[in-house]
Amino acid sequence: MKTKNFIALEGNQAVALAMKQIDPDVVAAYPITPQTEIVQVFSEYVANGNVHTEFVTVESEHSALSACIGSSAAGARVMTATSSQGLALMWEMLYIASGARLPIVMTVVNRALSSPINIHCDHSDAMGARDSGWIQLWSETAQEAYDNLIQAIKIAESINLPVMVNMDGFITSHAEEMLEPLEDEDVKKFIGEYKPIRSLLDVEHPFTVGPLALQDSYFEFKRSQAEAYKKVVPAVREAAEGFAKITGRKYDLFETYKLEDAEMGIIVLNSTAGTAKEVVDRLREDGKKVGLLKPRLFRPLPVEDLKKTLSHLKVIGVMDRADTFGGFGGPLFGDTRSVLYDVEHRPIIVDYIYGLGGRDVTMDQIYKVFEDLDFINRTGRVESLISYIGIRE
Amino acid sequence: MPVNIKELSGKEDRLTGGHRLCAGCGASIAVRQILLAIDKPVVVANATGCLEVATTIYPYTAWKTPWIHSAFENAAATISGVEAAYQSLKRQGKITDDDIAFLAFGGDGGTYDIGFQSLSGAMERNHNILYICYDNEAYMNTGIQRSSATPLGAWTTTTPVGKVRPGKVGGKKDIVASIAEQGAMYVAQASISNFRDLIEKVRKAVSIDGATFINVLSPCPRGWRTDTSDTVNIARLAVDTCYWPLYEVENGKWKINYTPRQKLPVTEYLKPQGRFAHLFRPENQHILEEIQEWVDSKWDLLQKKAQLFQ
Repeated sequence: MKTKNFIALEGNQAVALAMKQIDPDVVAAYPITPQTEIVQVFSEYVANGNVHTEFVTVESEHSALSACIGSSAAGARVMTATSSQGLALMWEMLYIASGARLPIVMTVVNRALSSPINIHCDHSDAMGARDSGWIQLWSETAQEAYDNLIQAIKIAESINLPVMVNMDGFITSHAEEMLEPLEDEDVKKFIGEYKPIRSLLDVEHPFTVGPLALQDSYFEFKRSQAEAYKKVVPAVREAAEGFAKITGRKYDLFETYKLEDAEMGIIVLNSTAGTAKEVVDRLREDGKKVGLLKPRLFRPLPVEDLKKTLSHLKVIGVMDRADTFGGFGGPLFGDTRSVLYDVEHRPIIVDYIYGLGGRDVTMDQIYKVFEDLDFINRTGRVESLISYIGIRE
Repeated sequence: MPVNIKELSGKEDRLTGGHRLCAGCGASIAVRQILLAIDKPVVVANATGCLEVATTIYPYTAWKTPWIHSAFENAAATISGVEAAYQSLKRQGKITDDDIAFLAFGGDGGTYDIGFQSLSGAMERNHNILYICYDNEAYMNTGIQRSSATPLGAWTTTTPVGKVRPGKVGGKKDIVASIAEQGAMYVAQASISNFRDLIEKVRKAVSIDGATFINVLSPCPRGWRTDTSDTVNIARLAVDTCYWPLYEVENGKWKINYTPRQKLPVTEYLKPQGRFAHLFRPENQHILEEIQEWVDSKWDLLQKKAQLFQ
């Protein structure tokens, strides 16, 4: 590793740097904590002529994504970023972007949803958008957010689907971290030039975007959209391969950590995975057969790969930084159970809802999760299928 | 260049026939006149509404121009994005196309109400766009519900005429003044009945490098309870009663484009419309008087504003 290229950046700055290197044709964005710094730093790039981007400083997130949709349909490479309420306000347009097959790339700096209002990290924002047709990549660190964003351009444009890259609000977005950015030229070469299939600006070949599709055609539109998600896994892997060639950094659909011979594993997204790996290391020193899986591609859910990777476990603790009020545990829990329903020796799967509204996640909490999994592994008894951890009750 | 109707009638329609808008629809008359007025290529964004649903029923489209619909409240934001892409790609030399006019069409619901924020934002950012509101004074696509463009006393399905309420309570939002006062470069009010005026305004708006807005009265026979053959006549009565004055605000300067030789009483405009029929009952006489007072005071104010810049 060429350590001389390492620099210290906050997550938001790393994302803004990636955006500068990508140099999108259009960015339309609106400030919201904790995403604001991305917009601010990018504004400076615009003000100093470091990018060719037309920066549309819209009056809301709804208009941010609406403008992105217009730009993307006009053949531009388009990016935006938001958090929490901003993503919630975009919700209507999320479905329109994916339904219209527009390869827009958006960073989501994960933050809790109101009410009560809270500016800190949880995953309720992106989880609320998990059926919206956006590909979701998740990032443990600023380095991963940076790397994911650059790969997201390639993925989105190769299969005409929008991608959202998630990173934890404040924990990742505002913490300074050593990371190794790519050279500008390498980014340019990796993403290549965007060649849209069609553009509204091609006035010689007019076409209609967003028609009314009724009972006789809507279902076929949606069915063919569903089919498009089969292309995502190969596209993600292809982008990762190309990326590894220039950086040496290897990415896949998810990361496993000491999972191969483990009996007990936890599944956890984003920054908490870092804390959990430390716990895994210490428990391994004590001879405990524990491991971890950190999803990177959460939507579409890589069902077959997850099934293969998780089915040897005896007990799985899913850690969800979001709840499904009135549902059955957190969103990751439901997906995991569904993925493993058909395997022959189905692991016991339990859920731990943690860290809502930025509640600190300590190593002690994760030790307790593993203790719990160990108890289940030894006794086969599940005392609480869905638990809330790190909370006063 | 003076408007020559013979010349216009020889031009190709960029909104073709065969769409499903109603007979006598004011919106389609407005759109055809507007597209005929513009000589250069256009790209259109359309808010959800009658115009959108009736012209693009998949697999058909009535549009011979690039056209996009994304949602109801965001035609202004969507066309902002299209225009931003154009600016960016042109600056980078990625496209070399000629001058393109960027148009957005929205009904009054999509413009006065749910799209007001998006419109205001696009105007403030001063994209090189022309936003056209085809105002038919209610949510016609969903079945004649009141909007903030619905005038005092009008019957709609959400301002029904009941035992204690005689149609819409409260008057119409003055959107042209709102957009003019926020500093848009060119804002105008026009009517499908006065096509020369409308065409001149569209040509002026498109020639301006910045955000422009035109509000066009577009009667709806279904919602106004009028005969389909009367659409243009009704629009003309709106102009000749000064219910719908024709004026423009260019760089903050107000100008009246048409003063009727004889200003007709507003009842001439209201009378043929079923949505106002109940106002002609004796107990609602005071509403008619109130509408006349409103028309008179708005017309008076408009004249005073125009005098300031004479």
